[in-house]
Amino acid sequence: MSLYILCTVLFAVGLYCLLVKKNLVKKIIGLGIMEYAINLFFILTGYRTAAEAPILDRELAITNFVDPLPQALILTSIVIGLAVTALMVAIAVRLYEKYRTFDINEIRRLRG
Amino acid sequence: MIELHVLLGLMIIGAIVAMEIEDLLSSVIALGAVGFGLTLAFLLLRAPDLAITQLVVEILSLIILIRATVGVKLPREKIRSRIGYFIFAVIFVALFLSFSVKAIAQLPLFGDSLMRIGSQYVAEAKIKTAAANIVSAIILDFRGYDTLGEATVLFTAVIGVLAVLRKSRKQA
Repeated sequence: MSLYILCTVLFAVGLYCLLVKKNLVKKIIGLGIMEYAINLFFILTGYRTAAEAPILDRELAITNFVDPLPQALILTSIVIGLAVTALMVAIAVRLYEKYRTFDINEIRRLRG
Repeated sequence: MIELHVLLGLMIIGAIVAMEIEDLLSSVIALGAVGFGLTLAFLLLRAPDLAITQLVVEILSLIILIRATVGVKLPREKIRSRIGYFIFAVIFVALFLSFSVKAIAQLPLFGDSLMRIGSQYVAEAKIKTAAANIVSAIILDFRGYDTLGEATVLFTAVIGVLAVLRKSRKQA
């Protein structure tokens, strides 16, 4: 139970970073932290005490596996996270080339 | 699982460092430390496939983020403390934490997963797909359409990156 709470605290750190920081790169970092926390939370819910990784063995008849379904879903989510980060960084780099700043207040002031 | 507690504590410290440090490059590297901590956590939680993927993805996203921050000359971030905005964010995060604590109390205990659907996949993987790795049996066979959707999202994001970056080359 305390692990779930710690995971939520990690998510809250990312959320705070996303809300308060004015720098675009800091906002991307905040989103990344939130993504890590969500991925970890799913894997935590699938864990079983004294269980093995979900890989079958020819000789040993293991019956106690951790839940493979969240692992399969999060495998997808990690790769999508990389693509989303790349897209955000591309947009941030373009904004920097145009306005020479990452500060969103400056960018908003310079519009038009 | 005391080692997992220690690891999560270190990840939270790394996240706070990444948030508060002024230099952008140091901030990105601190984020990488959090990601590698996540890799170790996946290994401890018996998810080796995820650990491998997370390692590769972490290295790639570090390279991408460093590309965005290298050579960026920022004037020192002026601290414009809008106190109202700060208070709003703190209240929002506190509300989120209190609600999530209530929601977590309803979940099954840690290490006691129900596996309503997962147990069926474990039982049928050998017979139906002949795959030794149950995770790959699920993503490539039982839930192949999910993976197809994922490939679509990935492809769309790559097209987006290409479209955004190409425009800069034409203007320059």
